[in-house]
Amino acid sequence: MSTGTLYDKVWELHRVAELPGGQTQLFIGLHLIHEVTSPQAFAMLDERGLGVRHPERTVATVDHIVPTTDQGRPLADPLAEAMFSALEKNCADHGLRLYGLDSGQQGIVHVIAPELGLSQPGMTVACGDSHTSTHGAFGAIAFGIGTTQVRDVLASQSLAMDKLKVRRVSIHGSLAPGVFAKDVALHVIRRLGVKSGVGYAYEFAGSCIAAMAMEERMTLCNMAIEAGARCGYVNPDQVCFDYLRNRPYAPTGASWQRAVTWWRSLASDGDAVYDDEVAMDAGEIVPTVTWGITPGQAMAVDEVVPTPDQLPPGERPLAQEAYRYMDLQPGQPIAGTPVDVCFIGSCTNGRLSDLRDAALVAKGRHVADGMKAFVVPGSQQVARAAEAEGLDVVFAQAGFEWRRPGCSMCLAMNPDRLEGRQISASSSNRNFKGRQGSSAGRTLLMSPAMVAAAAVSGVVTDVRTMLRTAKNTETEPVE
Amino acid sequence: MTTAPITMVEGKAIALPGHDIDTDRIIPARFLKSISFAGLGNHVFADDRAAAGGDHPFDRPEHQGARILVVNRNFGCGSSREHAPRSLQRWGIAAVIGESFAEIFASNCLALGMPCLRGETGTVEDIQQLVQEQPGVHFCLTLEAPTLRGLDRHWPLTMENGPQTMLLNGCWDATGLLLSHDDRLRRTALQLPYLNDFALSN
Ligand code: SF4
Repeated sequence: MSTGTLYDKVWELHRVAELPGGQTQLFIGLHLIHEVTSPQAFAMLDERGLGVRHPERTVATVDHIVPTTDQGRPLADPLAEAMFSALEKNCADHGLRLYGLDSGQQGIVHVIAPELGLSQPGMTVACGDSHTSTHGAFGAIAFGIGTTQVRDVLASQSLAMDKLKVRRVSIHGSLAPGVFAKDVALHVIRRLGVKSGVGYAYEFAGSCIAAMAMEERMTLCNMAIEAGARCGYVNPDQVCFDYLRNRPYAPTGASWQRAVTWWRSLASDGDAVYDDEVAMDAGEIVPTVTWGITPGQAMAVDEVVPTPDQLPPGERPLAQEAYRYMDLQPGQPIAGTPVDVCFIGSCTNGRLSDLRDAALVAKGRHVADGMKAFVVPGSQQVARAAEAEGLDVVFAQAGFEWRRPGCSMCLAMNPDRLEGRQISASSSNRNFKGRQGSSAGRTLLMSPAMVAAAAVSGVVTDVRTMLRTAKNTETEPVE
Repeated sequence: MTTAPITMVEGKAIALPGHDIDTDRIIPARFLKSISFAGLGNHVFADDRAAAGGDHPFDRPEHQGARILVVNRNFGCGSSREHAPRSLQRWGIAAVIGESFAEIFASNCLALGMPCLRGETGTVEDIQQLVQEQPGVHFCLTLEAPTLRGLDRHWPLTMENGPQTMLLNGCWDATGLLLSHDDRLRRTALQLPYLNDFALSN
């Protein structure tokens, strides 16, 4: 059993009671809601005549169903409009903060909570969304929940939970140019597998993580769930504090110093005991792409699609299914695979640094003939910041569409979707069958820079070759 | 708020072999566009069933009315959508046996009073094979000493203590229990610096 880790300390602080059967009642410090998984929870609350216990600790936004082109109300899709209106009504009825389309702060829930300074070290964060693990980047214990649990948090500001084990995933060394946090995430999932994290919280540590900016840490923690880990986290440090300082909900004045002192004390102790530890070398990580139908079916961009005999026997049936579904042959290189649609966005890679990385590749180039390429900023704040430095123009000149913020084609609950058997290069997090809105649609996950490289060349391309070209021709970098 | 104890599930079983079957496959996102769960209808595995052209286990006549779903590893991975267990429940599933389950899926099942039991790889594959060969077999799944029985045979299963106790005692609907500890909840809140020392300003 782990002791002395951040996870242990935060768990202990939030423990309300032990429940019959051995579960723990855990206090939830921050509850985030959106329009897809909350309406039924409010309905259940009403059915029982219950109110919201701590309305000031629940924050709402609208992200999954919003169109990324015309966002005028009522939304064109009546079902989407009904979900949005229900969220507005529920928030108004219960006195909850809602960052709607006219707030200037709307966006994907996992992008806006950090931007606003809501996600802080030492908190427990819950949201009816599996990528809640993102907020672990701040040294929070953050995890996704189902709708009935959303009801429980609304009613009692707490949840019945089983304590997880803690695995430290240390990544040492530095990343080569053209290799990004997304590649680290895909590499970790590929190495450890999509089931390895079940029952664990992943603590990401090591010099590679320490050198990462908050946005990169969020990308990594975001994908912890794709490794099966309900939460992933990074110990809070100066990088984290610098990010939080002066954010709207961050402590100020004398409270700031007290907060920093407390936050520091939460980091895992030097002699903390872990249930398991693994280590990896950052120098081994190269641009990584998925070839199959789970995020674990990933490969280096310069490798060939693995053949069944290169895989453990237990993974072969899924590999066979993936070859058929993806129409890729074992032994074939992934580089050079033609792509129909390029999507840059999502809670994994829809932040400002992601758009900068992609713009650096797009600048001075143009998307391939027949390619549909679009960029969806993760939030209104990201959109404004990107526009202020001209990224929208860089993308537009390169033939990318510049859209309004939302989840978009990450899961295609809005009009952005694949058609038929189209294949996408996507900076999102899931390549499951049918994930991007077409039951036969195919998804290749990769970093935003790699998506931009695929967009301009029309095929899966090793972005490192393009960064070199950019340098040789002295293309002006985008700052 | 008490719920009925769940001690056993009886009926036919249905096997769905394969690892890493995600919740997007169990219920594709387009069926989530509703403010109630009523819209889920019979859309469980909609795309897989369409692709199988009527030959999906959930469409085969011999499996209609099955109550116990038998799956392999990491079932229910991916999205947190509670629509996944609810769509299984609407089809008729009352319990799931598998080698392993994704965590959010398992806790969603618990919230609905749907037990998730684990079996060794060999055990699960054995049950799946039997179900495929003799789909009409009537099984009895007991939770107390977790076991599946059928055709004079039995298979040992396991269950996590927490969910097991909660189902057996009928306290798997946690809300009432959570609300009954208001004093302790208050005490916990009082010792959290971020709620007191530097709380949200507005
Ligand atoms: S961007 Fe994708 S993964 Fe993230 S919250 Fe939206 S739908 Fe979920």
